[in-house]
Amino acid sequence: MSTATDTKRKAPAGERVADWADGRLGIYGLAKANMRKIFPDHWSFMLGEIALYSFIIIILTGVYLTLFFHPSMNEVVYHGSYEPLQGIRMSEAYASTLHISFDVRGGLLVRQIHHWGALIFLAAMFVHMMRVFFTGAFRKPREVNWLFGFLLFVLGMFTGFTGYSLPDDLLSGTGVRFMQGAVLSVPVVGTYLSMFLFGGEFPGVDFVARFYSVHILLLPGIMLGLVVAHLILVFYHKHTQFAGPGKTNKNVVGMPLLPVYMAKAGGFFFLVFGVIAIVSAIASINPIWALGPYRVDQVSTGAQPDWYMGFSEGLIRVMPGWEINLWGHTLVLGVFIPLMVFPLVLVVIAVYPFLESWVTRDKREHHILDRPRNVPTRTAFGVAWITWYFVLLVGGGNDVWATHFHLSINAITWFVRIAFFVAPVIAFIVTKRICLGLQRRDRDKVLHGRESGIIKRLPHGEFVEIHEPLSPGQLHTLTAHEQYQPAEIGPAVDENGVRRKVSPVEKLRVKLSKGYYGEDGQIAKPTAEEYKEITSGHGHH
Amino acid sequence: MSSQEIPEEILPVEQGTAHGAVTVADDPFADPGLPAHKPRVQDIDERAARRSERAVAFLFTLSMLATVAFIASYVVFPVDQIVYIWPFGHVSALNFSLGMTLGLALFFIGAGAVHWARTLMSDVETAAERHPIEAEPEVKAQVLADFAAGAAESGLGRRKLIRNTMFGALALVPLSGVVLLRDLGPLPEKKLRTTMWSRGKQLINMNTMEPLRPEDIVVGSLTFAMPEGLEEDAHDFQTQMGKAALMIVRIEPDDIKNKREREWAHEGIVAFSKICTHVGCPISLYEQQTHHVLCPCHQSTFDLSDGARVIFGPAGHPLPQLRIGVNDEGNLEALGDFEEPVGAAFWERG
Repeated sequence: MSTATDTKRKAPAGERVADWADGRLGIYGLAKANMRKIFPDHWSFMLGEIALYSFIIIILTGVYLTLFFHPSMNEVVYHGSYEPLQGIRMSEAYASTLHISFDVRGGLLVRQIHHWGALIFLAAMFVHMMRVFFTGAFRKPREVNWLFGFLLFVLGMFTGFTGYSLPDDLLSGTGVRFMQGAVLSVPVVGTYLSMFLFGGEFPGVDFVARFYSVHILLLPGIMLGLVVAHLILVFYHKHTQFAGPGKTNKNVVGMPLLPVYMAKAGGFFFLVFGVIAIVSAIASINPIWALGPYRVDQVSTGAQPDWYMGFSEGLIRVMPGWEINLWGHTLVLGVFIPLMVFPLVLVVIAVYPFLESWVTRDKREHHILDRPRNVPTRTAFGVAWITWYFVLLVGGGNDVWATHFHLSINAITWFVRIAFFVAPVIAFIVTKRICLGLQRRDRDKVLHGRESGIIKRLPHGEFVEIHEPLSPGQLHTLTAHEQYQPAEIGPAVDENGVRRKVSPVEKLRVKLSKGYYGEDGQIAKPTAEEYKEITSGHGHH
Repeated sequence: MSSQEIPEEILPVEQGTAHGAVTVADDPFADPGLPAHKPRVQDIDERAARRSERAVAFLFTLSMLATVAFIASYVVFPVDQIVYIWPFGHVSALNFSLGMTLGLALFFIGAGAVHWARTLMSDVETAAERHPIEAEPEVKAQVLADFAAGAAESGLGRRKLIRNTMFGALALVPLSGVVLLRDLGPLPEKKLRTTMWSRGKQLINMNTMEPLRPEDIVVGSLTFAMPEGLEEDAHDFQTQMGKAALMIVRIEPDDIKNKREREWAHEGIVAFSKICTHVGCPISLYEQQTHHVLCPCHQSTFDLSDGARVIFGPAGHPLPQLRIGVNDEGNLEALGDFEEPVGAAFWERG
């Protein structure tokens, strides 16, 4: 042995493994940038984590289910351990789902975790998306990531739909039938699409196998790519943060990835998984054995899709049955219009960030989150959209509402038809007023201090409430938000006295900008002068 | 309109510059900077830290025990054992125990990790700088120059013939993939216009699988039927049923408001397609007094005493009626196929 190696410090095993990896993968460079990366802390930042973790849980449980599920529509006669269905004809897909539920130990649990996970995944994405929307986290530089997230939500919906259609039970078959009827309504090519989708007439013998490959390979593959891209961008942009002492647009304040964030986020994965497992232990979901196999001539009452498809169900239920027959052709507006409004509802919220940046013409980066009240028009728009969405959810469950609350289904349908147009407008107006009210309250708080609840009697008998001044940190937090000035059309003539042409698009933009940031759009935040004038005076009031 | 004509936007002062970095001495709203770190009890009292350590270790130990319990449950409980557990009712013992133990095993790991992070790991907040996403102008200039150089070297702009043929080839090659999709299914042709029904086919009762006789059908009952010759084990049973399924009711002939309906009936027995004309659900709810049928999927309601006219809901046209009569054996039979396509409407329906 040469003395040179002996004098050299023998690196610990972990370091030697890391050295090996670094020599091939360059991990030290990567770790240097990210190991102590700062993550800000706020409860609302965990919503996206729930979505991510439930996605991982769905993949894990989904892989397990593929080991037992037979994506085949071959007809078999059931002779398994579930007595009530003995001797019943069913597809192999349905029979293998029964096998998973009754014969594979833990199979039912994994099925239920998979399905509960899917519901929670979609719900978490929805709420996460709303968090991003209402805090303005979608602004530059994060517009692309907003779209990635939106795509994940839409793809998640279709992955869910193709997934719950696989067991070929009576409920899911009914949903597929509805989809086929909707596809038929497409002008010119509807019947061709339907034939190609189902390999012939409905239901045929192909759709389970086709949905299976879409459900386990195509859509999740795309989604996995999008999730990775989404996370890379979160790392690259660094996380947004709320305004507060020490927090600026040029920094990010929080705790390091290693160890705090890793422990919290990693631990949170186990919390989410644990809760979903416990829910799956105690709450039955999609008991396909109770529904029976799909028969094209049978149906159960109260048929409902999973919740994320409910708004499309609402569209189809409340639409009047318009059909136009001309020159030997039928335009099935009663189905085709809902089919077109369905993506439109989603697109409206997806394109909003681009509308807003067009109105503000703000090309700067934004890393400080807005409090929803400080952007009343955006917040009102978001609430109007949610209202729209939930009105349609009510429509989708009109029979359930009718039977549970003893209401007339006719009345509910008409309510939804009218509320579809009216409710978002009301929600917009009400939300905007609430936001302005909250802004006024913040303004009062800054200028006059916090209401202490202590009543003081003055020597001459007057009662006053003592207001406690805010701390410098609170003062800063409540006044840190930006306030845009409404755009102006500009002078009617240019410097040469020639009439300036203003395009209608620009006029619209100015109008919108006035709506956003004019007198009715926001309450001017207190200025330092106002504050000093009030606080320097004698006696708080 | 050029961009110069647009008045400059008046953008608000950027956050963090107004109050933060360049603090105006007498600005009451100035950023006071990060508040001083408040130590937790674990930071100053080693005994409290020890308590937290034990709590975390305890949670991890519970997780281990839960995993052992999971394996034990897997072995102990038979897959078909049903037990009563308040308040969940009768549940599968195996599913319940596996789910609870797995859930708790996972949950305790999470709870331990989070408790560890919250009580024992440093909670000092630090600030990291952000850097603009946009590249520096020099970088951008370099990239544009590199691209221009690369593009020039390729000669793509200069050699139009290569460019055009390449785009042509790239545009055409995906067509192969589209063509390959052709065999996904047959063309529609007349498939949606015809059903199995034809003149002389008897109506088979779905419950008894026997031919229906007029006397089987009483006022107020709803009977489902399929065509003679369709077997439940036939490979295309579902597909044929999806079009041929019938529902049959008896209405007093005088109560039938529609003249054609009365003519196509047999002594008040009328046969309508069971497949809803909205999006194709099978209709299954019948109100005896009014002769209304309701599709439970989207609540389209049809009046069977009036040509199955739509009286509520999203369906766009009446249910097709099948013309029926009685054959020599006294059984109900079809007198032809439906005269219009059954089920959901489509472009070629006309």
